[in-house]
Amino acid sequence: MLSNFVMPDLIPAAPELFLTIMACVILLVDLFAGSIRRLLTGPLTLVALFGCALMTWQGFGDPTPLTFSGMFIHDGVADFLKLFVYLAVFMALVYGRGYLADRGLDKGEYYLLVLFATLGMMVMISANSFLTMYLGLEMLSLSLYALVAIDRDSTRATEAAMKYFVLGALASGLLLYGMSMIYGATGTLEISLVAQALQAGVASKTVLIFGLAFLVAGIAFKLGVVPFHMWVPDVYHGAPTAITLFIASAPKLAAFAMALRLLVSGLYGLAEQWQMMLMLMAVLSIGLGNLAAIAQRNIKRMLAYSGISHMGFMLLALMSGSVGGEADLMRALDAYSAAMYYIVAYVIMSLGAFGTVLLLSRAGYEAENLEDFKGLNERSPWFALMMMIFMLSMAGIPFFVGFFAKFSVLLAAVAAGQIAVVVIAVIFSLIGAFYYLRVIKLMYFDAPTDSAPILASMDMKILLSANGLAVALLGPFSDVLIRACRLALLS
Amino acid sequence: MNYPILSLAIWVPIIGALPLLALGSERRDLVRWLALAVAIAGFLVTLPLYLEFDRGTAAMQFIEQAPWIERFNIHYFLGVDGISVLFILLNSFITVLVVIAGWQIINEKVAQYMAAFLIMSGLMNGIFSSLDAVLFYVFFEASLIPMYIIIGVWGGPSRVYAAFKFFLYTLLGSLLMLVALIYLFIQADGSFNLLYWHQLRLEMTPQILIFVAFFAAFAVKVPMWPVHTWLPDAHVEAPTGGSVVLAAIMLKLGAYGFVRFSLPILPDASHFLAPMMIALSLIAVVYIGFVALVQADMKKLIAYSSISHMGFVTLGFFIFNQIGIEGALVQMISHGFISAAMFLCVGVMYDRMHSRQIADYGGVVNRMPKFAAFFMLFAMANSGLPATSGFVGEFMVILGAIKFNFWVGFCAAITLILGAAYTLWMYKRVVFGAVANDHVAELTDICWREFLVLALLAVAVLAMGVYPFPFTDIMHASVDNLLQHVAMSKL
Repeated sequence: MLSNFVMPDLIPAAPELFLTIMACVILLVDLFAGSIRRLLTGPLTLVALFGCALMTWQGFGDPTPLTFSGMFIHDGVADFLKLFVYLAVFMALVYGRGYLADRGLDKGEYYLLVLFATLGMMVMISANSFLTMYLGLEMLSLSLYALVAIDRDSTRATEAAMKYFVLGALASGLLLYGMSMIYGATGTLEISLVAQALQAGVASKTVLIFGLAFLVAGIAFKLGVVPFHMWVPDVYHGAPTAITLFIASAPKLAAFAMALRLLVSGLYGLAEQWQMMLMLMAVLSIGLGNLAAIAQRNIKRMLAYSGISHMGFMLLALMSGSVGGEADLMRALDAYSAAMYYIVAYVIMSLGAFGTVLLLSRAGYEAENLEDFKGLNERSPWFALMMMIFMLSMAGIPFFVGFFAKFSVLLAAVAAGQIAVVVIAVIFSLIGAFYYLRVIKLMYFDAPTDSAPILASMDMKILLSANGLAVALLGPFSDVLIRACRLALLS
Repeated sequence: MNYPILSLAIWVPIIGALPLLALGSERRDLVRWLALAVAIAGFLVTLPLYLEFDRGTAAMQFIEQAPWIERFNIHYFLGVDGISVLFILLNSFITVLVVIAGWQIINEKVAQYMAAFLIMSGLMNGIFSSLDAVLFYVFFEASLIPMYIIIGVWGGPSRVYAAFKFFLYTLLGSLLMLVALIYLFIQADGSFNLLYWHQLRLEMTPQILIFVAFFAAFAVKVPMWPVHTWLPDAHVEAPTGGSVVLAAIMLKLGAYGFVRFSLPILPDASHFLAPMMIALSLIAVVYIGFVALVQADMKKLIAYSSISHMGFVTLGFFIFNQIGIEGALVQMISHGFISAAMFLCVGVMYDRMHSRQIADYGGVVNRMPKFAAFFMLFAMANSGLPATSGFVGEFMVILGAIKFNFWVGFCAAITLILGAAYTLWMYKRVVFGAVANDHVAELTDICWREFLVLALLAVAVLAMGVYPFPFTDIMHASVDNLLQHVAMSKL
């Protein structure tokens, strides 16, 4: 029976394997270490992430990209996105520590779930088969459902988790259904073989498009774009802020990888169809996200809607690959690197914005209403400046990374001849500027109502400052990041 | 000149503002002196621009070019010609005055106030010296941030409304411009070089559409009728220093944009749409003049007078003759001095009386003779009295307009009557007559600091009025070149 079993090459998947082992170690430590486990689990998690980063860094440009019979791919995109996933998870852990400790939530389960979610994201990023993709997605999603409900006595969090779970299960079902359709039409689950089958043109177009629609729905749900966005504000609002921070950052990178792998690597032959769908979703997301964000009084909800509009912008680049006419390879590359740049920039900004929300929260007090930002400039000029940088960057005002990200997306879209869509997007981002400016108004123009000093651990303060400076400096020095995105895609 | 003068002009104030922010608001006097030192240093570094300027050529001078974001072929490309060089000097000069003028009035958050003005000064120098479209846009948009803060933090009772209106109005225009810039980038085969764009061939339809997009950005900034409504609000609510910079420099950005972008890049569209531009300019000159006549608030009156005077500038540009364009440029510089002086005069009275209503004053001359003398001079200059700078520009534009079409010149000349009417009538009601009430009776004359600021401006206004040659001489070659350029069709 075992005679035809070939041992797969494990090297390309080394970070994933290492993380699995570390997760198990942490599980055991948490179980048996007794009273010192508090001191061990956190640092061990960071060690695990750091080890993964080291391995991924070492593995850059590995000559054997495929392993596990072609189900797992290890390429530039994967390494690039994974490094940012580690970074985002690391920052989420540091930002969230104080908040969770104040509420007694920094238990072993938290670290474990975060690690498993990270593993899920890594698997998604490296998936070269529908099956691997689905496995990674489920691993991520199940961990996230549990994380949202980690504060089990909170009714709001439980409700959010239920909502997330029910809708998420539905979306997974849609995705799986779409995959099965495409499998039926092409006879393969491997993404690169699907692409080949499409090129050969033997598969039935009707079935393929039918499957594509479900696939896109599944992806849209994970990205949280209109009309599959309903869960986003409720989950962001209901989850403890530290968890919201986590959900709003790294998983976006994984969802982006999913879109890139399934649509671009796999179903490029159907580009004409999915580009139309993406365009529609992009315009709707930018519009609805920006309009609804204005009406929010809760900053977590506001950032949720703002996230929806940002995902719309990212889709704008993703659909600009080759709309209409001949597929121009260089232009497609530009468009996809713009999308990747945008998503990375968004994750960095989003971490900072939620990080500031966490900074203002303290034991027994959630700083989640816009009013809590009143007069921040008088309480702490430095962090008011940081928040201003995050807000302006999200609004796409120059000198910050958000502007250059938006710029490269618009450039890609105009190059694809989508000027009408671009004008619409630009007008909605003007509307969006209003609610970002409102936060600045509250911080700078209004007098503080709350004079409690801002207590936060030194590591959080340093990291948040570094985050702010990164958003400020990655703008003028964005060439590095843009090139990295491009290089990653080229490989 | 072996050192980067333009870079110094941009970065000396901006970098000089950072230690101010670090000092915080505790040591106010130290902050004030340091701000003054930075402002003076910022002015001194611009002097070589005038002294070493080669008047014989229309080519760009003091060029600095370095790749910035290579991925999009964006360069850090600076240079000035006879058109832009004077504005850099004007801007750096006005910044010194603003710092002195805010010396005693501003007692809250002094460091942030001074830093905002210094940063804005550097950014605006950047706008006037950028020869790369994206660099221009980045400075153009970034200069909104300090102004938004200045109006919102140190402004009057409805500062929040004014700050939002200012920001969103200007942002709408500049976002549309961004789309046009990206379109031009693609038309120019991937170049953001403005000098190259000046040579770029374009069809009529794109020219008109791009013109409209540029118009949205620049007309709002000028501001031209009917998109001027943000200006009275912004002026009334802004602190004195904010009004001064707004009127003296920020309004010039729009007019400068027309000369640097619209005219040379889109000559055919400019000719085609010139009747519309002339009509809008005349409406601004005549109609807004009447509006100014009925104002009860001094700052509002001067704000409307600014709109009316800027109408002259746009009129001068779109009649396409040498004397018209030179007149318009002279008018821009002169208006920079006069409007700054007028707002400072109102500021002097407001600091003492806390009212801007004309009706609250009367007989100020009895209590403040020195001030009344200065105010008289500036009021005369504002109404275009010969031997003041106000006369030179208006006269040249009227001459040019009569050359172009008698009736256009005739309408433009109405301003001489209207300008005198609204300015001098206000002056009469405020300054002359018997002492109107107890508050006026308690007024004290200007202190040496106020005297210094007003005297510097008075010297500038008179010098330019009596001997304008140094100003026109420096711009002659560049205007000549511009006209040749505009006369050549690009179809």
